[in-house]
Order: sequence, then C-alpha cells, then structure tokens
Amino acid sequence: MTSIGTGYDLSASTYSPDGRIFQVEYANKAVENSGTAIGLRVKDGVVLAVEKVVHSKLLVPESNRRIQTIDKHVGLASAGYLADGRNLSNRARDEASGFRENYRSPPTLQYIVDRLGLYVQAYTLYSSVRPFGCSTILGAVDKNGPALYVIEPSGVAYGYRGAAVGKGRQLAKTELEKLKFDELSMREAVMEAARIIYLVHDDAKEKDFELEMSWVGTETNGVHLPVPKDLFDEASRKAKAALEDFE
Amino acid sequence: MPDGSFAHPQQRQFNPYTDNGGTILAIAGADFTVIAGDTRQSEGYSIQTRYAPKVFRLTDRAVLAVNGFAADGNMFVKKVKQRLEWYRHAHAKDMPLRAIARLIQTMLYAQRFFPYYVYNILGGIEEDGSGAVYSFDPVGSYEREACRAAGAAQSLVQPFLDNQIYFKNQKAAPGTSHPTHLPLSDVLSIVIDSFTSATERHIEVGDGLEIYVVVARGRSPQGIEGIRGVQELSAQPNGDRTFILRRELKKD
Amino acid sequence: MDHFPTNWGRPRNDAFDAYGTYPIHQRAPVKDTFAEGVQHTQQPIVTGTSVLAIQYKDGIMMAADNLASYGSLARFKDVRRLHAVGTSTVIGASGDMSDFQAIQSILDDLVTDEFTHGDGHDLGPAEVHEYLSRVMYARRSKINPLWNSLLVGGFRDGKRFLGYVDLLGTTYSAPSIATGYGAYIAIPLLRAAVDGKQDQLTEENAKKILHECMRVLFYRDARSLDKYQIATVSAAGVTISDQIQIETAWGFAEGIRGYGAQTQ
Repeated sequence: MTSIGTGYDLSASTYSPDGRIFQVEYANKAVENSGTAIGLRVKDGVVLAVEKVVHSKLLVPESNRRIQTIDKHVGLASAGYLADGRNLSNRARDEASGFRENYRSPPTLQYIVDRLGLYVQAYTLYSSVRPFGCSTILGAVDKNGPALYVIEPSGVAYGYRGAAVGKGRQLAKTELEKLKFDELSMREAVMEAARIIYLVHDDAKEKDFELEMSWVGTETNGVHLPVPKDLFDEASRKAKAALEDFE
Repeated sequence: MPDGSFAHPQQRQFNPYTDNGGTILAIAGADFTVIAGDTRQSEGYSIQTRYAPKVFRLTDRAVLAVNGFAADGNMFVKKVKQRLEWYRHAHAKDMPLRAIARLIQTMLYAQRFFPYYVYNILGGIEEDGSGAVYSFDPVGSYEREACRAAGAAQSLVQPFLDNQIYFKNQKAAPGTSHPTHLPLSDVLSIVIDSFTSATERHIEVGDGLEIYVVVARGRSPQGIEGIRGVQELSAQPNGDRTFILRRELKKD
Repeated sequence: MDHFPTNWGRPRNDAFDAYGTYPIHQRAPVKDTFAEGVQHTQQPIVTGTSVLAIQYKDGIMMAADNLASYGSLARFKDVRRLHAVGTSTVIGASGDMSDFQAIQSILDDLVTDEFTHGDGHDLGPAEVHEYLSRVMYARRSKINPLWNSLLVGGFRDGKRFLGYVDLLGTTYSAPSIATGYGAYIAIPLLRAAVDGKQDQLTEENAKKILHECMRVLFYRDARSLDKYQIATVSAAGVTISDQIQIETAWGFAEGIRGYGAQTQ
C-alpha cells in the first residue's frame, strides 16, 4: 500500500500508478467489518443466512433485516453498509419487475445479477460518487434450477455453490468447503447454515447477534420465504449444541 | 351498418356516464332533519344490487345523500369526506353545515366541464340548532330548503312533498294556519309513504330504505328511540344525535 | 322521469355493449393516422362474454367460459378468463381480452411489489376490488377506458367478498352477480337459487347451480362456448378448475314449428 496517502485514494475515478482503485478497496474494507452473510446452493434450493450484529439492546427484534426479497423467487442478503444494500435491493426489484414487464416471465437470477453488476460497476467510474460499501449474495430458483451469486463492490459477480462475505468469511468458507452441496437437502442446508453462522460468530469481540435465515426451493414452492419458525428454532438449537461440542 | 357494408364511416363515442336510478329525499324540521334514500342500484332494466347505500354520514351533524351516476357519487363522497378530515386536522372541529354546503358547491363547480353526474342533498343541523336541507344540481347550484326530493322518482315525490310539507293547494281550516314545521313522527310517515309510493310506480326505486335522522343538541328526539329497528350512531348522547332507521321496500 | 312511452322501448345499457364489436379489417380506411389526434379505445375487439359468481357457505365461486370472440367469430377457444390475484382473491373478466391481460399484469406487479416488501401484509379481495375500481374510474375519466366488466371474489379472515366493477368505474356487491348476457339470463336463476341462502349452500350445490346457468347461457348466448372453468375461493385458498364440458341436447330443435317460412 505504498501509494496510500499520496492522493490516489481520494477518488474512484483515479488509478494509482500501480493500477489500483483505492476507493474500491476501501469499500471492501467496509464489507470486512460487517457481520457474516452466507449462502448455500444445494440440489433443490438455496438457503441464505446472516449474522446480524445487534449493536443495541434497545433495537426491536427482527428489525433492520439484512435478507430481503427481490422477486417472488429471488432473495438477497447483504454484508457491509445496510443502507447501500437496501439501495441495491430496490434497484434489483426494479430490474426484476422491468424484466417481467418486457418479457411476461420471471427473470433468471443470471439476468438480475448481470444488470446489478453493471449498476454497481458504474459507481466505480466517477469522482462524484462512492462505490457500494456492500457485498451482496443473491439466491434464487429459476428455470435453470437453483442459483447463487455474489456481487462485490467492484461490480464483479461470481456464481457459487457456497458463498460467504463479511467478517467471518474465512472460517465460513472453510466450513462450506467440507459440505457436499449436491447431496444436501434444503432442510439439511438450513441446519448447516445456522451452525456456520453460530460458529463464525466471535463471542469475545462481538456483542449480541441475531440469526436471519431464508430459503427458496422445492420446500417453498419456488418462493423466497423466511425459514419457518419451528425449523429455525430447531436449527438454532442444534447450532448452539454443536458449538459446545466444538469448544 | 346492419347490412354489413361500411359505406359511411361509423363513429361511436364512449359515453363516460350512466344512470343508476334510485331516489333520495330530505326534510328539515324545526330542530331535526330527516335524510333518506332507497338502496337499489340499477342500470337499464337490470337491478345490479339490492343494497348499495346512497346516504352517508359526514359529521356528527351532517348527512349527505347522493343520487345519479353511482361511480361519480361514490368518488364524490370519498373526496368530500377527505376534505372534511383535512378540515378536522387543521381546525380541531367539524366543519359547520353551511360551510360543507359551500364546499360541495365549490367541488362540484370545479368539475363544471366534466361534471360529477350526481344530484346531492345535504341535511343536518346548522350552528343555530335549526334543521336544514341543502340541495344541489350536478354543477353546484345550491339553495337551502325545507324539503327536497331528487333522483329517478323526483317527479313523483316532490309534488307530494310540496303538498304535505309546504301545504301547496291546501287551505287551512277557518281561523287556523298551516304549521311552519311538522313533528318528527309526521315527517317519518311522509318519508316512508313517499318511498312506498315511488316504489309502487317507479321501476328504479325499491328493495330497501335507509332513513337518517339528525336531532339538534339538547332537543327532544321525539320518541324516535322507541321506533322498531332504530339504531343510534352518535357517540355521545349530549351532542347532536344521529339515528338510522331501516325499512324494507318491495323488490319487484 | 321520462313520461313519453316512445322513449321507453330499449334497455338503456348502451355504455357497455359486449357484442357490438366488428373486425378491424372492416373498418373504414384511415388515410392519415394522426389526423384525428390520439385515438383511445372506442370499442372492444376480442371479447369474452358473461362471467357468473355466487357466494356459498364456505366462500365464493365464479365461472366463465373459455371463448374469446372476434366480432361474431369464435376466435380463441382456449382462453382463461379467471385469474387468481394473490392467495385469497380471484377476478373474472368479460369484455376486451387485451385490456384484461393488461389488468392481469398490473395486478401481478402489485402483488409482487407487496410480497417483496415483506412486511407481513398482503392484498385481500376487498383491497383488490377497491384498487381495480380506482384504476377503472381513472381510465374512464381520461375517456380511455379499460373495456371490461370485472368480478372480484375472495375469502379472507373468515369473510366472503363478491364485487363488480366495470369500464365506467361503477361498483357494487351482491350475493350473486353476473356480467354481460348473464346479467339478463343467469341472474334470475342465480337470485332464486342463492340470495338469502348463501350460508346453507354447499360447494356441490354452488357448483351445480353455476353449471346449470352455464348450460342455459350456452343454449341462448351466441357468443358463448360449451367449455368453461370454475374458480373457488374458500379458507383453503384459490383453486381454478380444469376445463368443464357442458353436455347439451339439441333434439328439441327438430320439433320446433312456426318460425319463418316453415309453419307446418
């Protein structure tokens, strides 16, 4: 980071001499400070889970949700600045309903991610704007089956079988790599997702957190919904138990 | 063209209006007002529904009856109610009756070149405690009257009211004079008779009858509470009081 | 009131003439497309005929045949005129089918929007009816109507809902409603069978009543089809049936005498 402090980091429209755009890298830093978000693409659906750090006991439970619905069949989990994530999800909703307006069919996740990638990338081009301070996991089941993508602040988007962003992503990825995504059912994926979120949460450093989970697939008739309460409670309970075994 | 040829260009214009029939009527007493309407809604020779209210409670002391094109009527009532709510929020009180009347004239005239196709009758209690009826034409001309009928059977009911309320063509017995205001029980009888008669002779009138009675604060409700099926709508009994009375009309 | 009997002869329903359509290619040729300014819908083109709906014990039931006519031509014979909106509402349309498809996508967008908000609220039949009435009234007020008569039915929070809205923005609700030709032919039958007995009618009763009315309509309405669907909305949600075939017997026609030249 030799060129830091030399003035090349003040604008997203300026490269450093070694070809970097510092504003984008700083945006990634904002994501790294955020609670972890993960996504699992299994054989018959997708599960999203988020570790929402609760910074005040006064907050109403289940407020400031970090998992949102984009279209009937599309869910979005964001890590980083929540407000940026919300702007992005509003844009995603517009893209989805625009597609339906034009083609009278539900959009593929690939389409939404492509459009959203262009949108995010446009914020890396101008000195008048700041890149998005969030990484976004999108999950859906479309005509091509289950799909899972991550869009980073630079605007790049990759497809994944298991994805993790935010503070605990390294440990989460290690855990995800152990899973056999082709064999997991959605219900099993919910258990794994809860377990991983509980695992990566650092009790020592962080205060309270709230687990958020949603899913879309055969279990939900292809509709993106919050994980139902009984299953959610079971997954949380098992996750806590597993955590004690782990320690 | 009936022969299938199109020698002359055919021009047809969409007509944004229709007549949904029905009749409304209001009579002012000294310290009360009665506002009534039937509940049939029709189009052409078809009865669309046997229950579609045409009389609406606006405030504690104002009731509006709307007759003509039902879609316009419902929209108009919705907008009047909205304006009255805004007035309440701005002034922390209900709009007085004569102000509502003037508001209605303004709202109707605002649509002078695409009118609400509705005849309005506003009834209630004035600030001086007297019963009042205001009647309007579709573009806002209005006046305060003692009684008014409007709608499909106006031509049947109004002459009857002229005779019974204004005592037209009646001579008072020697040494007596006609009363200026009738008691509530007489007014209710006249209202019910008006509608049963209109139902008998007009195909667009019938099914049900809704009669609203507004009684001025501190005045006697003249035994209305004892009438079969009467229901009080007012929240506190020490202000102006509103009652509703429902009756069946013939359905043929 | 009009006291001149010569003016009484004809039903006054001249605002919505579901059958007064004529094919585009038979219209007088227009030389300059924009000479008369912007054109709005002046008449329906591809039309659907009656929709019937009734309340019954557990909810509401609605029926519409599968025909879309092009003037007097039976143009499309596999058209769906019943459409679910959300999880507790169904709408049925007569009149212009392209306008109906526009309405379907407006409502689908609305439902999706409401769903993605994820606030636990959704639209029931009363809300859909109110919304539709605003759309229809707003369009008629721009003299650019959506040329339909629509029925909205549903069941939510233990309550039935059945309402009507048309191209003028006219609304009402009743225990039994029919649009188009059905308002003349089916309504007398439906009112006799349903009104006042809504709380007793079972699903089977309701289905049978509608089936009989659809049969009568097929006999008498020249723009109808002997293939129809039934939508049921109850606590269990919305179900739209497969196509139902109407059995008919025309043998009686042989015996009819006394019309036209043939009198014996």
